[in-house]
Amino acid sequence: KLKSSSFSFSRILSSKRHIGILTLVGGSVTAGFLLHREHVSAGVPVRRRYPASAEFPDLRKHNNCMASNLTPAIYAKLCDRATPNGFTLDEAIQTGVDNPGHPFIKTVGMVAGDEESYEVFADLLDPVIKERHNGYDPRVMKHPTDLDSSKIQSGHFDERYVLSSRVRTGRSIRGLSLPPACTRAERREVERVVVDALSGLKGDLTGKYYSLTQMTEKEQQQLIDDHFLFDKPVSPLLTCAGMARDWPDARGIWHNIEKTFLIWVNEEDHTRVISMEKGGNMKRVFERFCRGLKEVERLIQERGWEFMWNERLGYVLTCPSNLGTGLRAGVHVKLPLLSKDPRFSKILDNLRLQKRGTGGVDTAAVGGVFDISNLDRLGQSEVQLVQTVVDGVNYLIECEKRLERGQDIKVPPPINKFKV
Amino acid sequence: KSTNFYKHMDSDKMVKLTLKRLSAEDEYPDLSQHNNYMAKVLTQDMYKKLRERATPSGFTIDGVIQTGVDNPGHPFIMTVGCVAGDEETYEVFKDLLDPVIEDRHGGYKPTDKHKTDLNSGNLKGGDDLDPNYVLSSRVRTGRSIRGFSLPPHCSRGERRAVEKLSIEALASLSGDLKGKYYALKNMTDAEQQQLIDDHFLFDKPVSPLLLASGMARDWPDARGIWHNDNKTFLVWVNEEDHLRVISMQKGGNMKEVFTRFCTGLTKIESLFKERSHEFMWNEHLGYVLTCPSNLGTGLRAGVHVKLPNLSKNTKFEEVLKKLRLQKRGTGGVDTAAVGGVFDISNADRLGFSEVELVQMVVDGVKLLVDMEKRLEKGQSIDDLMPAQK
Repeated sequence: KLKSSSFSFSRILSSKRHIGILTLVGGSVTAGFLLHREHVSAGVPVRRRYPASAEFPDLRKHNNCMASNLTPAIYAKLCDRATPNGFTLDEAIQTGVDNPGHPFIKTVGMVAGDEESYEVFADLLDPVIKERHNGYDPRVMKHPTDLDSSKIQSGHFDERYVLSSRVRTGRSIRGLSLPPACTRAERREVERVVVDALSGLKGDLTGKYYSLTQMTEKEQQQLIDDHFLFDKPVSPLLTCAGMARDWPDARGIWHNIEKTFLIWVNEEDHTRVISMEKGGNMKRVFERFCRGLKEVERLIQERGWEFMWNERLGYVLTCPSNLGTGLRAGVHVKLPLLSKDPRFSKILDNLRLQKRGTGGVDTAAVGGVFDISNLDRLGQSEVQLVQTVVDGVNYLIECEKRLERGQDIKVPPPINKFKV
Repeated sequence: KSTNFYKHMDSDKMVKLTLKRLSAEDEYPDLSQHNNYMAKVLTQDMYKKLRERATPSGFTIDGVIQTGVDNPGHPFIMTVGCVAGDEETYEVFKDLLDPVIEDRHGGYKPTDKHKTDLNSGNLKGGDDLDPNYVLSSRVRTGRSIRGFSLPPHCSRGERRAVEKLSIEALASLSGDLKGKYYALKNMTDAEQQQLIDDHFLFDKPVSPLLLASGMARDWPDARGIWHNDNKTFLVWVNEEDHLRVISMQKGGNMKEVFTRFCTGLTKIESLFKERSHEFMWNEHLGYVLTCPSNLGTGLRAGVHVKLPNLSKNTKFEEVLKKLRLQKRGTGGVDTAAVGGVFDISNADRLGFSEVELVQMVVDGVKLLVDMEKRLEKGQSIDDLMPAQK
C-alpha cells in the first residue's frame, strides 16, 4: 500500500527516529511511500512544541564549523524536518552543541545520521563542507574517485626514515543508517553484510573476523599487541553524537592473516578499511588497499548491497570531514632535525600535509617520529592524495638529509588544493 | 528472513523508499552480561510489545533502556538501568517499570498507594543529634513540573521553559528563604568560586549512567543553582531532574533542616500553582522523577557522622540494614568514607512518607552514635542491636 507524502508524519515523529512509532497511527507495518526527490530534500515534517527561536542553541562560546554556519534562519528552516529514517537537525548538531571547541583543531561540530542527511540538511551541511574542505562547493563541484594504484610514482620511501606506511578510509552500506542514528538491528545488519562479504576474500586477503562481544581473552590480547584493537570511544565529540550506544554490540575487527589489511566494523563508521605495513613501500600498501576495497565492493554487490557514494560528495561517511575519499594516507617518519626547524609547519602546509603524534590524532610526537598524512579528503581523488603524500614525504626526507649535511632547505611553493 | 530490506534506488526523478521494519528479535538488546534491574526484567517478548509504543511526546522503549544497555552493571550497587523521558513513561511502559519498581523498592506493588506527608510537626525529636558526632544534616528531594519532558528527553526549548518558570517562582520566596539564582552559563568567576567553596556548584555529569541517558545534552544551557542568602536552602535546576531541592546546615538539628525543607517545598509548590503549574504526582507513585529509584518521596535525608569505631565493627552493615539506612562516603554516592566520617541516609524512597523516612534517619543515627560511644569505651553493643524495621 502506498500513502502520499502528506501522510501525517507531523503527528508522529517528534524528535525521535524510530520507525516503530508509525504503527501508532494504525498504518500497515509494510506501508511504503513514494517521495519525490524534492520531498527527500525537504525532509519529513516533524512536530515541534516550541518555535525555532526558543530551541535555537546558544553558540556564542562555540568554535566549530557547525557553529560558524548555523544561523537562526537556517535553524528555523531545517528544524521542522527529519530524514526518512527520522533523523533530525537537533540530532545532527548535538555533538557540536555539547562540545564548544577543541584546543588544537576546529572541529566539524555535526554528523550525518544517514545518507539523506546530506540532502535534507544541505542548507547547513553544504557551507560546513565548504569551510572544512577548503572551499569545495558541493553545490557545483564534482568529486573524482580513482582507485588505480598503478598510477603512483616513486612510492617507495627511504626506510632509514620511514618506519611504516598506512592508508585508511571508510565505507558505508547504502540503505542502513549511520552510527549516530542506527538502531541495534541496523548495526547488526551492517555487521552481517560486511562479515559475510569479507569471508569471501582470498589469497593474501584471506582473514578472520573477531567480534568484540565474543572474542576470547587470548584473541583480545593478541589484537592489543598488534595495535589492532579499538576501544569504546571516550572522546565526547563521538559519544555526544550517539555513536557509542549499545557498545560493544555488533562491533568487531577483521584482519587478514598477514595483518596487512584490517577492517573495523561499526566503530565511527560502518566500516573503516586500513592497509598497512612496516617500512616505506607506500605503493604496495596502496595497491593492496585498492584491490581489497574493490574486492569487498564486488562481494557486497553480489549480495545486493552497495556503498554510499555520489558524484557530489564521493563516499558518504558519518563525519563531513571524511567525505570524498575518506582517505588518510600516512607514514611514521623520523624527522628529528626538520621538526625543530621553524619552517616545518609552513612546509607541511604548502605540501598539504598534516602532522600528528604516533598515537594518532590528539597525541604528541615521540623521539622525533611523526605521523605525516594528507590534509585533504574531498575534491581530489585517492590517487591524487596518495601521490601528494608520496611527493611530500619524499621532499621532507630530502630536507632532513640536507639538514643532516648542514645544508639549507627551501620552503616549497604551495601546491594546488583542487584539481577539478 | 524476518527483515524487509531498505533499498534506495537512485534515479533522476524519484527515490523509492520502503519502510524498514526490522524485527523485535533483531532489535532486542544483548543483556547476557548485564546486571541491573532493567536487564533482569526485560524479556524479548516484553521488548517486542513495548517497541510498538511511544509516549505522546515521542519517547520510546529504546530511550527508556539506553542507559541500562550501555552500562551493564555497577560494582557496588544494583543500578536501575532505565529512566523516564516524561510522566507518561510510567504508564506507557508500565510492563517494564512496574516490576523494576517492585524489585527496587522492596516489593512495592502496582496497586500500592504512596503516602505523602510534608508536615514537619509530625517528626518526633530530631533536634538533638550530638554535634560532636553529627557534623552536618541534609534533606534533599526532586520535583518535576507537570507537562514538560524530563531531562533524558526534553528539548532545549522545554528545558529553558522549566528554568524560566523556576526562576520566577523562586524569585518570590521571602524571609529566610529569600535568595538568588545563578545560571551556569552566566556566572562570573567570583560567583563560581564562591559556589564551589560552599560546595553548592554541580558539574556536568561524568557518570556514564547519566550521560548514556541523554541528560547532559546542551550543557550548560538552562542549568543553574538557586540558594537563599543564608545558604541553608538550595535548588538545582535541570541537573538530573527538573528541580532538586536541598535543605542543609552544620550540626545535628535535623528537625530544623526538615522544617525548612517542608516549608520551602510547600511554598514553592504554591508559587508554581499560582502560575498554573503543578508538580508531577500521583497516589501510586508519589512524586514522579527521572529515575525510578527516586519515586515516591524522592527523599534522601542524611547526616555526615563520625563513626570510626562502629564502621570497623563486624556488625555495622547488619545494623544499617536493620535500620533501613545506607552509608556513602562524604563525597556522596560512589565515594569512600574519609577519616571515619560517613554519610548515613535512608535507603527507601517509595512506600514511606517523608516524615516516616526522616524519623528513621533521626532514630537510627541516634542509635548509631550511642553504639559509637559504647565502642569508644570498649563496651559491647549487643544489647543495642535493633529489630528489623
